Amino acid sequence: MSGTIVSLHAARRDYALGAERVHALRGVTLEVARGDYVAIVGPSGCGKSTLLNLIGVIDQPTSGTVEIAGKRVDAMSDREATSFRLHNIGFVFQRFYLMPILSALENVALPMAEAKVARETRQSKAADLLEYVGLGDRQRHRPSELSGGEQQRVAIARALANGPLLLLADEPTGELDASTGAQIISLFRRLNDDGTTIVVVTHDEDLASAARRKIHMRDGRVVGA
Amino acid sequence: MLGVAIAAAMLLDMVMLATGMRESFRELLLSRGFELRLAPKGTLPFDTDATIPGVSAITEVLRRNPDIREISPVMGASIHIPSGNRDVSGSALGVDPSVQGDYELLSGRDVTTADAIVVNDYLLNQLHARVGDTLNAATGYDPQTRTYSGQQKLVITGRVSFIYGATEQSAAAMRRETLEGMSGKDKRDRASLFMVRVRKGADAERVRDWIETQLPNVTAISIATALAQVDARLSYFRQLAIILGAVSLFVGFLLVTTLVTVSVNERAGEIAVMRAIGISKAHVVQQIVIEGVGISFAGAILGLGLGLVTARYLNTILSAFPGLPMAIDFFLFQPRSAWSALALLIASGIAAGVYPAWRAASLPIAETLRREAIA
Repeated sequence: MSGTIVSLHAARRDYALGAERVHALRGVTLEVARGDYVAIVGPSGCGKSTLLNLIGVIDQPTSGTVEIAGKRVDAMSDREATSFRLHNIGFVFQRFYLMPILSALENVALPMAEAKVARETRQSKAADLLEYVGLGDRQRHRPSELSGGEQQRVAIARALANGPLLLLADEPTGELDASTGAQIISLFRRLNDDGTTIVVVTHDEDLASAARRKIHMRDGRVVGA
Repeated sequence: MLGVAIAAAMLLDMVMLATGMRESFRELLLSRGFELRLAPKGTLPFDTDATIPGVSAITEVLRRNPDIREISPVMGASIHIPSGNRDVSGSALGVDPSVQGDYELLSGRDVTTADAIVVNDYLLNQLHARVGDTLNAATGYDPQTRTYSGQQKLVITGRVSFIYGATEQSAAAMRRETLEGMSGKDKRDRASLFMVRVRKGADAERVRDWIETQLPNVTAISIATALAQVDARLSYFRQLAIILGAVSLFVGFLLVTTLVTVSVNERAGEIAVMRAIGISKAHVVQQIVIEGVGISFAGAILGLGLGLVTARYLNTILSAFPGLPMAIDFFLFQPRSAWSALALLIASGIAAGVYPAWRAASLPIAETLRREAIA
């Protein structure tokens, strides 16, 4: 591990919920080192996903700062944030959200197409990524022809498409049975061993235990690391 | 999709209706190559019983213009034919068969002799007659005394179809001199109408102006003038077609907007994830707009078939209006109409997709994903 890749300082995130003001994050300060594998755990509603959204540049803090790879991302314009995410962040969600009309290969190639990678390069890289996640023989299958575990592995391959600095996952095993979840845990472990920095939000004890570091949250605060 | 197809069909029909009757009338006028028609001053051809006196003198005047190629004077009159103990009436044209432009011979021979008459199928059926039969035709009939005047024996030499004839109209044609002879002295050397062909390359409008200068007792009507008059008379149809077409387009637009909105609402999570992984707002919008265009296009293809079937059905009903020439179509299919309808639908598909697409692409990503996770 060398250097800090994620740095949050006194990050707060407040929401308006009807007439009420919800304090989802109450001043979180946190650092994640390059090559680390961090699991954020805590009860529902404690602010785990909000924290992940700030790190993933899909949300902005009400106050405080967020830096990714030394770059302030907390006040980026929508266009800048979109481009930053495309090139630096890989996302995996609880629901797989693959494009139903595209094949596994096309789904993986999608972010590369957006990044204007040449057609042949992206086809070959998407095939390699599918091979890496163990779906080399399922490239032409549509999401509806794949099991839940396979769809999540396609989603992981898609998240890795543009060689992100950071892989973020929000409950990636939440919709999978125990044995399929174990395969995803093992895949995350392998990815981290191969150098990918991973931050995962989970309720899954097995997934959290596989991480190098656990961050415990409660009521919008980090209570233990 | 069926709704979009119905809106597309209606739009196509209205585009066809807006231009069809005019185009059909133009084709009808041009079908025999006569570019000009001369009617008694201030009237339209056969609009009144008025006639133009001095056919021979007028023909002489017209022949002086080198741009005039052919002149066809036509006399119109009523005809009465006893059939059993009833009177069958119809209209008769007195023509010069070598230059006539009023009918097409279907079988038999034309009116080459003074005692020949050609009739349409409707009159043949009314008379229960056949080609070769002899008729006792008259130009006058008094129903009180049941007496005929201007009677003459004529032989049916052929079956014809009158170009300007209505579906259920008894009609016959004979040589002009025969009809004049039957009509009495009042109708001697008179014509109801002159049809004029101009030489190839000649300016019909200039010839028209020349005729009106030379012959002050006639109105010369060119195709353009006739179409302008048709336009004026059909403005009601055109306005109705434009209004209904606009309504169909709007309905199609609303349907596509609804379909696209429902579709993007169902896929809000998918769209938010696309945005999260770095797909630009513009590309998300583009993708959704393409879907809107796809829906419109599929609807348009279905609607094309549906529209043509509906147009044919409605055309059959409307063409049965009494007094309308059989050759007039209210709904005339022209590739231009189909392309216009398709272009309008695709434009409305784009417009229909843009707003829901932009709204969906602009949703806050984190908030949408949170809502999706809760759902």
